[in-house]
Amino acid sequence: MKQVNRLADGGRIDRSHPLQFRFNDKILQGFAGDTLASALLANGVDIVNRSFKYGRPRGIVAAGAEEPNAIVQLGSNEASQVPNVRATQQALYDGLVASSTNGWPSAERDLMGGVGKMLGRFMPPGFYYKTFMKPASMWMTWEKYIRKGAGLGRSPKARDPDRYDHLNQHCDVLIVGAGPTGLAAALAAGRSGVRVILVDEQEEMGGSLLDSRERLNGCDAARWVAETLAELATLDNVQLLPRTTATGRHDHNFVTLLERRTDHLGETAAGHQARLRLHRVRARRVVLASGAHERPLVYAGNDIPGNFVAGAISTYIHRYGVVPGQKLILSTSNDRAYCAALDWLDAGREVVAIVDGREKPDGELVAQARARGIRIISGSAVIEAQGGSRVKRVRIARIDSASFRVVGQAETLDCDTVASSGGYSPVIHLAVHTGGRPVWNDEVAGFVAPQVDGVISAGAVMGRFATAEALRDGAEAGQQAAREAGGAATQLRLPEVAERRDGAPVALYQIPHDQPTSRAPKQFVDMQNDVTAAAIELAIREGFESIEHIKRYTVMGFGTDQGKLGNINGMAIAARCLGRAIPEVGTTVFRPNYTPVAFGAVVGRHCGELFEPERHTALHQWHLDRGAEFEEVGQWKRPWYFPQGNETMEQAVARECRAVRNGVGILDASTLGKIDIQGPDARTFLERIYTNKWAKLGFGRVRYGLMCKDDGMVMDDGTTSCLGDNHFLMTTSTGGAAAVLEWLEQWHQTEWPDLQVFFTSVTDHWATLSLSGPDSRRLLGELCDIDLSREAFKFMDWREGTVAGVPARVFRISFTGELSYEINVQANYARHVWEALFERGEKYGLTPYGTETMHVLRAEKGFIIAGQDTDGSMTPEDLGMQWCVGYDKAFSWVGKRALSRADTRRSDRKQLVGLRPKDPRVVLEEGAQIVLEPDHPVPVPMVGYVTSSYYSPTLDSGFALAVVKDGHQKMGHTVWLPMADGQVYEAEIVSTVFVDPKGERQNV
Amino acid sequence: MLHIWCPWCGEHREEEEFHPKGQAHIVRPVDPDACSDEEWGDYLFFRDNPRGVHRELWVHAAGCRKFFNVMRNTVSYEILETYRIGEQPKILAEVNVVALPKREESESVASDARRQAGGGA
Repeated sequence: MKQVNRLADGGRIDRSHPLQFRFNDKILQGFAGDTLASALLANGVDIVNRSFKYGRPRGIVAAGAEEPNAIVQLGSNEASQVPNVRATQQALYDGLVASSTNGWPSAERDLMGGVGKMLGRFMPPGFYYKTFMKPASMWMTWEKYIRKGAGLGRSPKARDPDRYDHLNQHCDVLIVGAGPTGLAAALAAGRSGVRVILVDEQEEMGGSLLDSRERLNGCDAARWVAETLAELATLDNVQLLPRTTATGRHDHNFVTLLERRTDHLGETAAGHQARLRLHRVRARRVVLASGAHERPLVYAGNDIPGNFVAGAISTYIHRYGVVPGQKLILSTSNDRAYCAALDWLDAGREVVAIVDGREKPDGELVAQARARGIRIISGSAVIEAQGGSRVKRVRIARIDSASFRVVGQAETLDCDTVASSGGYSPVIHLAVHTGGRPVWNDEVAGFVAPQVDGVISAGAVMGRFATAEALRDGAEAGQQAAREAGGAATQLRLPEVAERRDGAPVALYQIPHDQPTSRAPKQFVDMQNDVTAAAIELAIREGFESIEHIKRYTVMGFGTDQGKLGNINGMAIAARCLGRAIPEVGTTVFRPNYTPVAFGAVVGRHCGELFEPERHTALHQWHLDRGAEFEEVGQWKRPWYFPQGNETMEQAVARECRAVRNGVGILDASTLGKIDIQGPDARTFLERIYTNKWAKLGFGRVRYGLMCKDDGMVMDDGTTSCLGDNHFLMTTSTGGAAAVLEWLEQWHQTEWPDLQVFFTSVTDHWATLSLSGPDSRRLLGELCDIDLSREAFKFMDWREGTVAGVPARVFRISFTGELSYEINVQANYARHVWEALFERGEKYGLTPYGTETMHVLRAEKGFIIAGQDTDGSMTPEDLGMQWCVGYDKAFSWVGKRALSRADTRRSDRKQLVGLRPKDPRVVLEEGAQIVLEPDHPVPVPMVGYVTSSYYSPTLDSGFALAVVKDGHQKMGHTVWLPMADGQVYEAEIVSTVFVDPKGERQNV
Repeated sequence: MLHIWCPWCGEHREEEEFHPKGQAHIVRPVDPDACSDEEWGDYLFFRDNPRGVHRELWVHAAGCRKFFNVMRNTVSYEILETYRIGEQPKILAEVNVVALPKREESESVASDARRQAGGGA
């Protein structure tokens, strides 16, 4: 296929580099420097898609981020699929493979289009809500087919071969947009010496100067662009980021920049390069120079391929040497759009007429057009375009905007291209992403950026569209931003531009038709979502008045383009129907991101192994070598159990439990939180923060402590040892370590800053090897110089000494109910001590055990796990732990007052109890609800639930801990646990201590 | 994402380094046991939820681990001031949402606007 619309010369493409690409199974040619859109137009491809709802043929409309129709799927294989790419923003590369996002079996011959044509009139706004509402259960079924018929792009099913990364940056001045405004700002700020980042979303910087008819310093505008960029490139304090979109501005000028590093080179990045990079920039000042989007007019048939926004015509001609048709008609509300007609004429094609909505257009460009012999039809507009797969003719008529009607007879003119311009919508997105509201400006007939702290909006964003004005505004903005960021004052000589006298524009949005809107051929407002002017009128007739409701009901602006072309027109139509001014109707909220951001860029390197940090104990490798299964506790990887041979988990845990109860086992308890507490007031602090008493805890002693929040609810527990008069070591639950440390600091820093006490996390410094079982004393005795005799080293004592020749603190505390020693050694000695214990432990059958066995053994003893058996609503009394509450302590410790509130004194609070299933083979489900009457009609009153449940090899029975209303008074009662599968289990409420209720086993 | 000046580190750091800890200047009654249930309930559970200037307690969790106070506008998210525990804000606590002083102006407002607000914290 020949490039029928390519001019013989001109454009910024490199004709010596032809490229081949594939679109919908057709092989086509383009040149380096093309976008996919310009290459498609060069090849005369009119239809690029089928519309979302009606299946109408659609062509390229615009040349930038605002494009609603040319949304394609990229990728030659499954892994490289990228959905919803705007062809106007995709650089062409050799071998590019793209296809239409919509259309089945193909965009050119679309079967769904027939459905849309036949049924279109029966698909009003809210059609899906209205039609597929009942029965609600069927929606899931309908949805599958609706999605297939409509759907946007699809995500890849294979793993993405590319990598993505993040870069955190700071700068003084971030300039968004490198058109005349942004370039002038960059020169001003760059020369002042402050750190500048200049970003532009296009392949080349220069913005409107690259397709301008104007001359700067008497030369082509592009030459000034090249000179300016060359100077900026020499400045070390200026970073230029082309192909980079500022996608969102968040609080305090935190701006995300999406840099497309390799998308112009191929579908996947070469080597180890990152395909996309997300810059996370904290900018002192943002200069918003993001320009404006031209607004098309809304007329009948405005979606037929061959309808463009006027400026896009100039862009395709000047930058790509492409004229997308033969015979042009321009319908405009302003002077600036005349450039499209002049450019078209310069390219040697025919301009049939310029239709101007103004009665007496009289600017310089109008005069030029007139002088070139172009027919200008004033006070009129294109009211309808006609044609099938391409525009064939238009109907033109005089219009009366005030009464919104056509005056007199319409004239029909043949053409294949319609360019329209209803003015310009400033691209204010970044200014209002943090919640500011756009400001309506009548002169601009659009919303301009509001005043926002830290942001200087300049040029077209403020409605200053003329090149000379934009340059001046940009330079001032750059100087101001640099000054505010502490830069030096600079002089800047701006290029000379002939000031052009433009006539005043007229406000035009929807063009009246000789039929009422509801009967006229469709007039599209939002092309991506197939929202018509008639749909907005209907929504208002049905009672929707708020623009936010109209938007949601009609789905206007919900596409991947977020209504960049259509929203203002939609608001204008709503305003007309409601008889209000546009600013009274208001705008919808602009939210990040400006254009879609690939998930890969959001995730960066935080995926796979790097998704979440893992914490390993010093013994991790030993556990791995031993074939342990691991459990995640917070970020820690803890051995769950150590299966031998073909053992199941159940078998392994039973073996480990028996080893501890009958011989000796060892647990890597290094993950326990450890907080070193020092200072003359350390003891006073403990007295206030724990529920129980610490005044008399002597050196060498250990005590179990319970910690409440001030609402009286248990938050954590653990042991604290007295290491010296002013020195204590607190242990916390594995998961609670960081929160407990912060808790202690908060009380100390905000409430009792007068107390002299310091807290230091030593969790990682010490490894904790917990030796447990009747043989633990004998085994430890072989390696330890501490007197382990019952008298010398009592239960709840700790001693300092050596174990396996290494300095150690040994704590005689027990979480299993057996004789136990917790050996703390410096973490880097852990493996040595552990292995020495195993060497000597072989004859005792020393068995490593994991967290599951730990859980079974502690639950058999009724020891709670904070966060499992408690949930922030359990008092110490609810847990039956009154023994751990110092009611008569002098200081009103944290949580005490709340324990005497009426609610905490209720007798029917949920209280911790033991449960013994009637059938010993049953292991109750954790979380299972407890009821008192199994035959009670639904809803059955639920009185509690299971918090911990295991099989006990010692009891040869299932057993559980649970909370039950008034449970402490219900010992021996029978309760029932109805399960989802209809089974109802029977259980007896018993004590929480299942094994060795007198605690004799640990006191040996 | 907020950019927060830590008054202890003397630097602006990213919000990711901090934890918010709720309303600032909540003073624990000196004698909790003398409080009525209602008074104790107020201390425990009742907090302001202003549309406008709010004083919050934050901690530089992944930094110096120090607590400090933040005066923040809950509408614009502007941080008017951060100050250490035990200090009082320089800016009047009642500044209206509409008439918020700009950050640069805050210094001058501060000089004569000291006010005993809240309590010990």
